[in-house]
Amino acid sequence: MKEPLDLTPLTQSIHDYLLSYLSPFWTTTVEWVIIGVLLIAFVALSVMGLVYIERKVAAFFQLRLGPNRVGKWGLLQTLADFLKLLMKEHITSKNADKFLFNLAPFIIVIASFLAIGAIPFALGLQAMDINIGLFYITAASSIGVLGILIGGWAGNNKYSLIGALRSGAQVVSYEISAVLSLLTIVVLSGSLQLSTIIESQSDGWWIFKGHLPVFIAFIMFLIAGTAETNRGPFDLAEAESELTAGFHTEYSGIKFAMFFLAEYVNLFIIAAVGATVFLGGWMPFHIGNWAAFNEVMNYIPPVIWFFFKVGFVIGLIMWFKWTFPRLRIDQLLVLEWKYLLPINLVNLIVVAFIAMMGWYF
Amino acid sequence: MNAITSYFKDIFHAIKTLLTGMRVTGYYFSHARKEIITQQYPENRDTLKMFDRFRGIVTLTHDENNEHACTGCSACEIACPNGTIEIISDREEDPETGKKKKIIDKFIYHYSMCTLCNLCIISCPTDAIKMDPSFEYATFDRKDLTMILNKPGSKIRKDVK
Amino acid sequence: MIEEVETKDAIKTQEYFVNMGPQHPSTHGVLRLMLELDGEIIKKVTPHIGYIHRSIEKMSEKDSYRQIVHLTDRMDYLSNHMNNEAVCLLVENALEVEVSDRVKVIRTIMSELTRLSSHQLWWGVMGMDLGALTTFLYAFRDREMINDIFEETCGARLTVNYNVPGGVMFDIHPNFQQRVKDFIKSFKTKLPEYDDLLSNNVIFRQRTEGVGILSKEDAISYGVTGPTGRASGFSNDTRKHKPYSAYDRVEFKEILMDKGDTFSRYKARILEMWESVSIIEQLIDNIPEGDIQEPSVKQVIKLPKGEFYQSVETARGELGVYVVSDGQKSPYRLKFRSPGFSNLFVLDHMVRGYKIADLVAMMSTIDLVIPDIDR
Ligand code: SF4
Ligand code: SF4
Repeated sequence: MKEPLDLTPLTQSIHDYLLSYLSPFWTTTVEWVIIGVLLIAFVALSVMGLVYIERKVAAFFQLRLGPNRVGKWGLLQTLADFLKLLMKEHITSKNADKFLFNLAPFIIVIASFLAIGAIPFALGLQAMDINIGLFYITAASSIGVLGILIGGWAGNNKYSLIGALRSGAQVVSYEISAVLSLLTIVVLSGSLQLSTIIESQSDGWWIFKGHLPVFIAFIMFLIAGTAETNRGPFDLAEAESELTAGFHTEYSGIKFAMFFLAEYVNLFIIAAVGATVFLGGWMPFHIGNWAAFNEVMNYIPPVIWFFFKVGFVIGLIMWFKWTFPRLRIDQLLVLEWKYLLPINLVNLIVVAFIAMMGWYF
Repeated sequence: MNAITSYFKDIFHAIKTLLTGMRVTGYYFSHARKEIITQQYPENRDTLKMFDRFRGIVTLTHDENNEHACTGCSACEIACPNGTIEIISDREEDPETGKKKKIIDKFIYHYSMCTLCNLCIISCPTDAIKMDPSFEYATFDRKDLTMILNKPGSKIRKDVK
Repeated sequence: MIEEVETKDAIKTQEYFVNMGPQHPSTHGVLRLMLELDGEIIKKVTPHIGYIHRSIEKMSEKDSYRQIVHLTDRMDYLSNHMNNEAVCLLVENALEVEVSDRVKVIRTIMSELTRLSSHQLWWGVMGMDLGALTTFLYAFRDREMINDIFEETCGARLTVNYNVPGGVMFDIHPNFQQRVKDFIKSFKTKLPEYDDLLSNNVIFRQRTEGVGILSKEDAISYGVTGPTGRASGFSNDTRKHKPYSAYDRVEFKEILMDKGDTFSRYKARILEMWESVSIIEQLIDNIPEGDIQEPSVKQVIKLPKGEFYQSVETARGELGVYVVSDGQKSPYRLKFRSPGFSNLFVLDHMVRGYKIADLVAMMSTIDLVIPDIDR
């Protein structure tokens, strides 16, 4: 049987090559630089792609054509918008806390970059495969809310303050559900290390192997994840029909662009985590013992599998956003504390029981 | 027990309504090619046809002999709520009868003040003016919007009383 | 005004003001609401109006009665036909002329189409205010068909100026009936989609049910008319109580709700759309023959000395026109009783104690058009 394309030899050979010229310390440094540059390039490109896709998807939901003027099919639209934002004036409102005001966008962006480092893009293509990967990602990505709070506070605008406080309450509560739903898989696979979690799905993704409870956990994760990224129907922090632009009302130019960037990076992270944990990451789609079918599936490189699944999850989240009305802040909290949290807890117990009895495939 | 059943009922009902909504948007997303309603305006200029009653701009109709039907009676000027039309009239001797007759010197039309209400058109006794469905009149200079509607050298048609 | 509230842990909190508008996405124009907030809870709303005041009433005092009609297009631009009709009916009643049946039926169909298009736009915007951005375009898709009908027959899409005293400006276009029938056919399939997308949606229900309750008594004492008042059980449909044009010969229900919350106001409008559809269906196939202009109405209209009042039901409620005439060709004084004005000022009464998000929803269901309020 053909093995999925492994990229470990490639990275290993780069490592060996560098090692033959440099001392181990410099090798690591150079590797970090390479990874940093690659990640930044990847993030910039993928965010531009995501923004374009989001606008196109929204347009198709809304019976429109979407961007279609700049470049073929409007492909360069986001680049043009980015350039426009770059050239815009920085406006700092009167009586704003200048230091915090300038700091907030960086916190948000750094938080999302921290998290993206641990995401396994393909077999052997992962910046750092630490043994608490899942924990690390959730921890790192929740720093972002600090940026929102600081940004909302520092702008000296009441709208942004209301938005920031809403977002604080929201992210803190939904973090619990997101983590609890991820814990179901940790219980089943017995590891927090992302590569191990993926390895445990080589004979089938958890969403198929784990029966109904895992499916419920997946739905819960989608809901909580959407809420954590502050996307509609949970975009209360922004809520443009209530708070004009919520926490980033006062930001302009490139600082606004950073918030925008972080939003899409977070979307990508949530989708990537969901795809990795529930849908098998870069694992090809296999059905039981249909050897021929599985063989064909193995020919598709893991990277493509990964992005295909991420795309699927992102598509779902976008579909939510462009269909549903926004919740109100108290309903948002009711949803979390009265519905998601109890269901998640019960679900976790059920999954633990299943795992104990070995009732999964 | 009742509370528990209603709790779960609520959840299932909620999921059902949410899925119904997603079905609607999902349908339009998957049939986007067929259902898209927006038009690409400058590109579709050739095929874009306005309705013939569409009010785009007031015009004074001239026939092939460069003759129009405006007698200079100023009815349109009076009917206009915005002072958009200014008729500057003149008197000219009719070569046949020798009587003095009123003719228009300038039919001035301030497009920038026109609300396209059509009152001038229906008040004209000789149907000299009409609405034209063309609409691309944006300019960089407000002066361009003041037009003189009677073409140079144009005369009133003989049969118009 | 700002008072410090002592909480039990002796932390001092403060109420604060937020200016919502004049530039704000959900005030639908240049309305400024001064909110007094305690956290997110609204203590008081003070509407400030007049940002788009164009003194239409004063301008009318120098315009002829034919010219006044075209100004009314610019008040409640979503009820353009009904506004036109109000002035025209007033002039006709004052002159004691009766327009032909054809004109009456055409006016009724046009008014109902306008009501539909107004309610469609309202529905789209309502969804948008609550964060469901997609509804907007769906509403515009259906509204586009009505606009096309207007454009073909009247020559304009929004500022139609189709009614003139004594009749209508043109006869209906030969395609008119076919187009209206096509629209009704397609809209009847689209209206259930509105329910699927918004009315039945659980989030939407949660946001609207039991929120912003306006009792019948309050509706009456604030003079809240239109679907907003009828949702509180206040029967105020001018079409029923003082029928004009062809409303006395069609069957339709006056939609009355009893709860008076945001959802009732929403539902009242959705049901009203069905009623409008049924009115149009009853009339479209039997438009009687007749003059489109009453010949006895002269080019220069002079009303007899006296005071005249005429009210019509626009998409937002009762629009009244009050004219004092001194026998000249312009009115001595003209006053519009615009529905939006009375409806707006009930907002403060409704919204106290609710959250900002509720305010947005309530404002949507009052269906404000700012030029209608400011005139
Ligand atoms: S369309 Fe109306 S505003 Fe324009 S010139 Fe004619 S009467 Fe005046
Ligand atoms: S256009 Fe008609 S109404 Fe106006 S001055 Fe000429 S003839 Fe009279």
